Amino acid sequence: MIPMLQLVLRDLWRSRWPAAYGLFLLATSEALFAFGENRAQAVASLLTVTVLVVPTMTLALGVSQCFDWRYCAELLLAQPVRRGAIFAGQYVGLTLVLSLSFVFGVGLPFLWMGLGSRAAAQALAVLLAAGILLTLVFGALALLLGTASEQRLPALGRAFSLALFLCVVYDGILLAAATGLADYRLEKPLLALALLNPVDAARLLVLLKLDVAALTGYTGAVMQQFFGAGAQSVALLPLALWVAVPAALAYRAYQRRDF
Amino acid sequence: MPVTARARTMVLVGLVAACAWLLAAWRQAALAAEKPSQAPQLVVCPNCRLRKLGEALAAAAPGARVIVQAGLYAEGTVTVNKPVEITGQGYPVIDGLGRADVIRVTANDVTIRALWVRNSGSSAMGDPAAIKAVGVSRCLIEDNRVSDSLFGIRLDQASDCVVRHNELRGGATSASYSGNAIHLWNSQRVVVEGNRARGWRDGLYFEFTRGLRVQGNLSENNLRYGLHTMYSSDNRYRQNLLRANQGGVVLMYSRQLTVLDNRSERHWGAACYGALLKDLDASRFEHNRFAGNSVALVADNANGNVVAANDFVQNGFALRILASSSDNRFSGNAFAANAFDVITNGTRSDNLFAANYWDRYRGYDLDHDGIGDVPYYPVSLFALLLGEYPQAILLLRSPLVSLLDLAERGIPLLTPQALRDTRPLMERPRWSKSSD
Repeated sequence: MIPMLQLVLRDLWRSRWPAAYGLFLLATSEALFAFGENRAQAVASLLTVTVLVVPTMTLALGVSQCFDWRYCAELLLAQPVRRGAIFAGQYVGLTLVLSLSFVFGVGLPFLWMGLGSRAAAQALAVLLAAGILLTLVFGALALLLGTASEQRLPALGRAFSLALFLCVVYDGILLAAATGLADYRLEKPLLALALLNPVDAARLLVLLKLDVAALTGYTGAVMQQFFGAGAQSVALLPLALWVAVPAALAYRAYQRRDF
Repeated sequence: MPVTARARTMVLVGLVAACAWLLAAWRQAALAAEKPSQAPQLVVCPNCRLRKLGEALAAAAPGARVIVQAGLYAEGTVTVNKPVEITGQGYPVIDGLGRADVIRVTANDVTIRALWVRNSGSSAMGDPAAIKAVGVSRCLIEDNRVSDSLFGIRLDQASDCVVRHNELRGGATSASYSGNAIHLWNSQRVVVEGNRARGWRDGLYFEFTRGLRVQGNLSENNLRYGLHTMYSSDNRYRQNLLRANQGGVVLMYSRQLTVLDNRSERHWGAACYGALLKDLDASRFEHNRFAGNSVALVADNANGNVVAANDFVQNGFALRILASSSDNRFSGNAFAANAFDVITNGTRSDNLFAANYWDRYRGYDLDHDGIGDVPYYPVSLFALLLGEYPQAILLLRSPLVSLLDLAERGIPLLTPQALRDTRPLMERPRWSKSSD
């Protein structure tokens, strides 16, 4: 797998997109401090950016990379190399590079601005963890889309639709349900629905560190209980599933695919 | 007004002022007058001739000093009915055997110092307290420890007393079967200073009081409120720390209170707030710090108050202003890293917001006078939605919500446009910055 990983890393390095992605995040993060925000507020704003940009960019870059890599993969498969090794190299390479770009872009300004209070530092740590988890989830989804499609543009189209759906439309549905069906006891279904979406689960994971005051203040008994204890592990579970299931599906598609 | 009439008025005013000053000075002198230093002294200890505090008090002449040495004195209720000074050495334990009040003061000029008072009665009848003073003046209760009691220190109809540096440890588990750490009822001019109260119903409770000075107290982990005031006026609260209660500073049906330099932190929960101003009028809130509360400050039928130069940091909601509140002035405050700045249930606003710092403000300052050139509207669409649909909190900090808020800011349809800060500060005040 290691030689495959090296090949993938070289390929990604040459494309320069991961660097651009990291620099974009860096600029955003830096701009927040330029607006004079304190660290907790900066983490909060970065959270909104993260849950929008990380899924979209990971999907787009991941799908593109699949197609860039395809010729190379076809050549490799003619050699005595296991398919699993090529797939693993591709997945690990992609998510490693994008995670590093993310951590670099979001985290670097905190290095020279200082971490601030312990609470702010913890919130940043959870934000970085959530970003990496999202990269893992959407890296797997990207490989699935990239492997299952024949052509680049339809695959990219699907990737963007999926990102748009999970990042924005899904929340719109949640909001519509929360407001339109307010007369019913929908707290538990709403909570479950939110946790089903990896983007929302990641967002809740950070909120639990960042906004406990707001979360415990304005909700009914069910959410009160949920946010009160053990919610972090509950939010982690769907994220883990969202990494495992698409990765497994992508691997299966990769094995069956006739290159 | 003719000159002579004005001169007469001025002389009259001068005379009244002079009289008032003389009266105050005379009272100060009376307060300051030392008791004779050569007062007779009685010593109580488990092996002395006097083995009981009650016996010593019976034997003491007015003005005597009673020294209580370390040991256990389980005597039920001890009544102090003459002016004496009781001082403990090595924290002697005065145990009330769970009957009623442990120490009951009914005379003026009593001092109770450095005792460990515990085990009052627990029935709600008669509100038993560890130390209770009824209808007295000039009492001094200091450096005591209080535990295992329904109420801690309770003053009924007291005046000119001092309650300071007491450590009160409560064991309250339900709000209806517990009492308050320091409870003042119908009392005037009492100083409550440097006490520490944990685990009661309310840490500091003042009802029908006037002219209190409450400062430097710590009140935390109480079932209900850290500092609770009802039907009071002209009290000053300074430099108190309220933490992790259900409510921090809760002021109801009162007027002309001064609340300065206090800190209210970590009041988390569905009905938890850093400060609640309910039917509070003409009071001042300045230089307080509200950090990490679910709601930092609630104004409910509060009118004509000034909230200035306070620090609101990392709260869920910084201000919740109900439509019943009007003529309040919010100026020079700093709002930073709150999930929401202001929430309200009305469409109009009869409160004034001016020259506050809001970290969400994205206006410009072309003339460089430090004040933004466009107003700031602190009520966001999402905050408004939450008022109706609390479940929507799940979408906090979602990109969709940012989009909605942005659209509403561009074309305001639902948020109250009257509620705005017309002169928002561009820079966070220095006193607020240090607390990041």
